Amino acid sequence: MKSRRKTVFVLVLLVGILFGAMLLSTAIGAVHVSPLSILKMGLNKLHIAHFDPSWREADEAIIFQLRLPCVVGAALVGAALAVAGSLFQGLLRNPLADPYLIGTSSGALFGVTIAMIFLPATLSFSGFGIASIVAFLGALGAVFLVYTLARIGGRTHVVTLILAGVAVNFLLTAISWFLLDVVGELHQKASAVYGFLWGQIMGIDWNQIVVLAPIIFLGLILARLFASHLNAFSLGEEGAAYVGVNVERDKMLILALGAFLTACAVCIAGLIGFVGLIIPHALRLIFGPDNRLLLSASALAGASFLVLAHLVARTILAPEMLRLGILTALIGGPVFLYLLIRYRREYAF
Amino acid sequence: MSNLLMKDVSFSYSDGFALHHINLEVGAAEMVALLGPNGSGKTTLLKLAAGVLTPRWGEMLLGGISLRELSRKEIAQRIAVVPQYFNIPFAFSVEEVVVLGRTPFIRTLSGETERDYLVAKLALELTGMESFKARPFNELSGGERQKVILAMALAQEPRLLLLDEPTAHLDINHQVEILGLVKALNRQNKVTVIGATHDLNLAALYFDRIVLLKEGQIFADGTPSQVITSDIIQQVFSASVEVSQHPSAAVPQIVVLPEERRNYES
Repeated sequence: MKSRRKTVFVLVLLVGILFGAMLLSTAIGAVHVSPLSILKMGLNKLHIAHFDPSWREADEAIIFQLRLPCVVGAALVGAALAVAGSLFQGLLRNPLADPYLIGTSSGALFGVTIAMIFLPATLSFSGFGIASIVAFLGALGAVFLVYTLARIGGRTHVVTLILAGVAVNFLLTAISWFLLDVVGELHQKASAVYGFLWGQIMGIDWNQIVVLAPIIFLGLILARLFASHLNAFSLGEEGAAYVGVNVERDKMLILALGAFLTACAVCIAGLIGFVGLIIPHALRLIFGPDNRLLLSASALAGASFLVLAHLVARTILAPEMLRLGILTALIGGPVFLYLLIRYRREYAF
Repeated sequence: MSNLLMKDVSFSYSDGFALHHINLEVGAAEMVALLGPNGSGKTTLLKLAAGVLTPRWGEMLLGGISLRELSRKEIAQRIAVVPQYFNIPFAFSVEEVVVLGRTPFIRTLSGETERDYLVAKLALELTGMESFKARPFNELSGGERQKVILAMALAQEPRLLLLDEPTAHLDINHQVEILGLVKALNRQNKVTVIGATHDLNLAALYFDRIVLLKEGQIFADGTPSQVITSDIIQQVFSASVEVSQHPSAAVPQIVVLPEERRNYES
């Protein structure tokens, strides 16, 4: 089967790109270690081979304790956001849908604001700061609110869902900034919230990865299982029902899955725009809209994209770090425009 | 054996429109046209038959099994629907669209099998769309799209095929082509067909039985010759027609009488 060969080829290629991106990003920084040495370190650690160290012991600590967790974190965030974007675009039949459309961003912002103002900053659970945890809960809570608001008589209409999402986003954003405005210590707290708004991946350690990696992987696999039904949703909800999709149940599960993946990403990195919008969008233009390929490809390409973006963000102004969300928007915007012009015909539906 | 049985089925929307006391038995391999003015309940009846609307009262049986007891997936393994048109927002290929018809048979973990692709390929051949399979669906003409949607419905290997004005937006050669395809399927593969249409002449020519709806009720039910009479058409559509015999087939055909002449005659 031609399509199956294409799928395998594309996925192997993307796995290669991701591996290369992660290796490169781990190698480059204030301390440069050659990618070959990193490979040797890795093989030694895994007891697959034993190479004589040609590197300093301190380098190994920098690579494995500081840099690699951040690189893995960036990959997880990129994969989660891109897959969430694919899910929402497919379900809502809208190539402009992004993971934050139905409330996650403002819910997380609201959560962070509440945490900054009312909770002690030193609180943490299994490596996660209180702000991250409340952001996670806020993102999920906002989506639940939007979904409940849009539900009429056992059905949730897509247009109502999007409108409720927009309204809740505005409302929670306004409340968050209002709270930051009226509560004292404005400068200090607003700037912390500002940091969260533009996303950052730093200070991640293995404790956090160990918790989030399995959860995100599970989410990615579950998302892939919905590929066929997500394809059916392109016929519209009634058309999907005609080919055997339990529309309301699947819609709820897909939204919950997308919201969950987004909340995981927010928990690690704050709000990073454009990845969830542009990665699925670009891949759909290049490889076609079949979600069986698109969801897997989104995970891999989203991960690679964010790993490389993270590399640029922390090296381009070194020792200063550019906010990751600013960088993704700076790269994403022009790429998006390029695609728009290059594939103008595809948009004429 | 009856394929679809509607026993005293009633349904109402919140805006007041309703179907009342529908009793309809459609046998295996029958080819039934649903006729009636706009708003007479054709689409509602089809949606009830497709199981996407649930009747308020009455019972619906599909091959002897209550429709309520079948899951969405089980219904889609038995019934396929061809609507007026599908708007597909992304550039799916024709083949990918036809494979969507296999959705109710695909197991979540194993994905499509060789057989799924084979059935989709046969459906494409049957509708004469095989050479289009790599083309993007949304770049096709209206007639080509409807043939692809018909192929998708066939890929479901349905026992019952429901058509909701599938040729409403098409020119005459595509209308004839699609109805010819449907009739061939009905005759050769013994697929039961229920099709809503506005075209009385094509209905008389291609369907064996006509069910005429008026204001949510079945007004007449019988062979084309029994149902298409100037008297019945006058009562249901408030239009004056003259009924004559088709020159080569033994079915009635109508000719509309213009308003002026009607006034003049009465």
